[in-house]
This record gives sequence, C-alpha cells and structure tokens, in this order.
Amino acid sequence: MRLGLFLGCSVPVRAQNYEVSVRRVAPRLGIELEDLEGAACCGYPVQSVSRETALVMATRNLALASRRGLDLCVLCSACGGSLMEAAAELEGDEDLRARTNRHLEPEGLSYPGGVKVVHIAEVLAHRVGAARIRDAVERPLEGLRIAVHYGCHYLRPRETHPAGEDPEAPGSIDELVEATGARSVDYPGRLACCGGGILGIHEETALAITRVKLDAVAGAGVDAMVVVCPFCSVMLEGNQKRIEKAAGREYKLPVLYYPQLLGLALGFGAKELGLQLNRIKAKELIARVGA
Amino acid sequence: MGDERPIRESDLDLEFTREVRAEPGGTQLDLCIACGRCTASCPVQAQNASFNPRRIVRMAVLGMAEDVLGSDFVWLCAGCYACRERCPQGVLVTDLMVALKNIAVRRGIVHPSYRAQIAELRKFGRLYEVEAFNKKRSKLGLPPLEDRPEHATSLFESTGLDDLMDGPGEEPR
Ligand code: SF4
Ligand code: SF4
Repeated sequence: MRLGLFLGCSVPVRAQNYEVSVRRVAPRLGIELEDLEGAACCGYPVQSVSRETALVMATRNLALASRRGLDLCVLCSACGGSLMEAAAELEGDEDLRARTNRHLEPEGLSYPGGVKVVHIAEVLAHRVGAARIRDAVERPLEGLRIAVHYGCHYLRPRETHPAGEDPEAPGSIDELVEATGARSVDYPGRLACCGGGILGIHEETALAITRVKLDAVAGAGVDAMVVVCPFCSVMLEGNQKRIEKAAGREYKLPVLYYPQLLGLALGFGAKELGLQLNRIKAKELIARVGA
Repeated sequence: MGDERPIRESDLDLEFTREVRAEPGGTQLDLCIACGRCTASCPVQAQNASFNPRRIVRMAVLGMAEDVLGSDFVWLCAGCYACRERCPQGVLVTDLMVALKNIAVRRGIVHPSYRAQIAELRKFGRLYEVEAFNKKRSKLGLPPLEDRPEHATSLFESTGLDDLMDGPGEEPR
C-alpha cells in the first residue's frame, strides 16, 4: 500500500518522536510512505482569518498528491480535518474547483479531485487491520492499561471523515491498542477536546480544558495515555507540568503516540521509536515491557 | 457578554445577518430552536462562561454585529465540532464561528495570535522554521526539509489575504 506522507507544520518540528515511530512501524505492516516534495501548511491556521485562503492552501497539497497518483496520509488530526474537508468540498463542486485551481496555476498545479485523505490511525485500523497487527506483534504489551484520547479532528465532523466511524461511539483506536496486547481503559469524558485550539487565544481556558482530561485519566489508574495528534500531545504532555503546578497535584502521566506503543509491541527499542524525546518519561512502562 | 441591557431594534444590523447567512457556516442559521445542546456540549463554555455558543447563534440571527464582532469571545471557539455533531437542527455551529471570525477580519479586527501565525507562515511556508531542525532530524534518521516561504506568500497574495491583513489592524476588545 503506497501513500503520500503529509507532515504538516508541527510534526517535523515538535513531534519528531511521532514521525520517527510512524516511519519505523509502517513498512513492517506493508505501508509504503512516500514523502511529498513541496508540501506546505495544510491551511488550518488560516481558516479563522480566511476560509478561502485556507481552502486554496489545502488544495495545493491535494494537487501535489494527485500529481503523484497518491492518497494522502496525515499524522496530525488538524491537518487531516482541513484536508478532508477541502477534498470533500471540492469533490462535488466543479465551479469551486475551477476557482480554487486558478490560484495554483502559476505553479503549474491543478487539482482534478479524487485524492483520499486518511489519518495514519485510520490506515492502521481499517486498511491494515487489528488482525494483521496482532499477527505482527513480537512483544505483547500484556498488563498495560492505556487511556485513549481520540481528539476532536480525528472524529469530527462526521460528514467529511471518510472512515465513517461514529464520532459519538468510536472504537478504532481502542482496537489498535488492544491489538498490541494492552488494555484500553474507559474514563469519563474520553471523547472531549484537549483545549489545544485556543491555546494561543486564551491560555487559561485552554489549560483548564486540558486539566479536566488529565484529572479524569488520573482517576482511571493507567500506565499511559495514547494520542494521535501533535496538538493533543502538546496540551496533554507538553503542558502537563504547568498544569500540575497550577492544580497543585502530580499526574506524571506518560503520553505516547499510538505508533510508539505499537512499535514497542512490534519489538522495536525505545530509542528507535523516539521515546527519549517524550517530555514525561515512560521509563517504568519501557522497563515493564522489556524494551 | 455580561452586558444585560435589552436589545433594541435600532441596534440590529440586518446586513450583518445576511452576510453571515451567505457564509458556508451560516446556511442553517435560521433553523436554530435555541435548545442549548451546543452550549451543553461545549468544552470552552464549561470552563469560561463568557463563551456561549447558543447565545452567539441567536446574536447572529438577530444581527447584533457590534456585540459579536467587537468581543473577544468570537475567538474563543476551540473548533472541536461537538456542537455541530449534536445540534438537532443541523446548524453548522463550528463553521458559524469560523464565519464570524472571517467577517470580523473583513472589518479589520484580527486576533493578534493569528497575525503572529500568518507572519510565521510568510517567513517559512509553515508555522515553524524547519531547516533549523534538520540536524536533529538527521540524527534521528529523518529526511531534511526546506523552508519555502513562497508556498504561503504566493497564495496569500493571489487570494487577497495580504489586502485583508493590511486593514486598520484593530484588535478585539
Ligand atoms: S444545538 Fe443547534 S438548535 Fe440547539 S441552540 Fe445550538 S444551534 Fe440552536
Ligand atoms: S466547536 Fe467551538 S462552539 Fe462548538 S462546542 Fe467546540 S468549542 Fe464550543
């Protein structure tokens, strides 16, 4: 299975542990990721200022994938949301496509439609499948208790997410976690937002939203939390110490990208999966699985 | 939104309501039955009472342009789509929030956080300078990447974003 790899802005700079773990586990499971030369920002950060400009930015990336005959695989759920929405909007609207493509002409690009945008977790859950992952596991993560954080843009809006998962009762990432031998543990508000969308707008409110999640997960008694978006990680892991200070309590909750957890089960070493870059050290977890 | 003075008809700006309706997020606006599910689903509202999506929807329907566009609460939506998912009337609440921000920008009100992000995009084509990280990337076995400002600047120019941002540069209250 060949897919264009769309890195976006945050992953290659702020989530290299995510990127490196994806690049390790993908080939093991028959996923061939091709770097998309010339790809830039997905447009999401500009949406609030100009929806039109954001759409053109997204379309440019879709056009690059289309030229190579590839579907696009995203690691960031916000990139996914932006590109999926653009793809859906353009698919049914030839006029909009023509108007949008005019802005790409100077670069010799044009988007004819047809590119599918998929999140790496969707690829693993739906195109590879839990059964195949289970077969590939060399080091079952039995005994580990994991809290899954889906994140908003992995699930919503349901209309533009091609995987067709019910955003009110999703199961794909739980299945992926359980395929490694670990247990996915329920907790209150597990589908709620991380707060990341307004970190730059109103920090206090954003961190209060994150705290609700951390408090709920802390009560569930887990070994780690699993995320599939760099922004969720910035909130839940990157800001965890600050929230601890403000809240006057300690979480010490490791937050892993799903491909890092998967990589441990596939037998990779902690360093090969960039676990040394995680801000909340997962030493105990790593020792327990013997990586 | 703490101002409890009654709204007078003369305060209303129906042109604003029309502008909102014409946006992709505004098409379902008039179907709102004020049930409050959006507000009950909103993670921002749960932590910050100044932000209330149902109220914002109603204010948009009524044409309370100044109260909506001039306030900082327009910018507070986290874009989580919980409201849109749960609205029984199919109001595209999240998209409406985007529409309101876009309209605010067209009237010269841009949140400084977005100004800053757009400035970074102009410099690097991405939100962050990536070339500075190539050494670290190569140590991890990751391929090098290039900063390509033109991937953003050319589109900012042709789509008119530059002109939009050149306005008087008011900031939200
Ligand atoms: S959920 Fe929908 S119908 Fe109910 S108040 Fe919000 S926008 Fe109006
Ligand atoms: S999308 Fe915005 S308004 Fe709607 S629930 Fe989320 S934060 Fe609240």
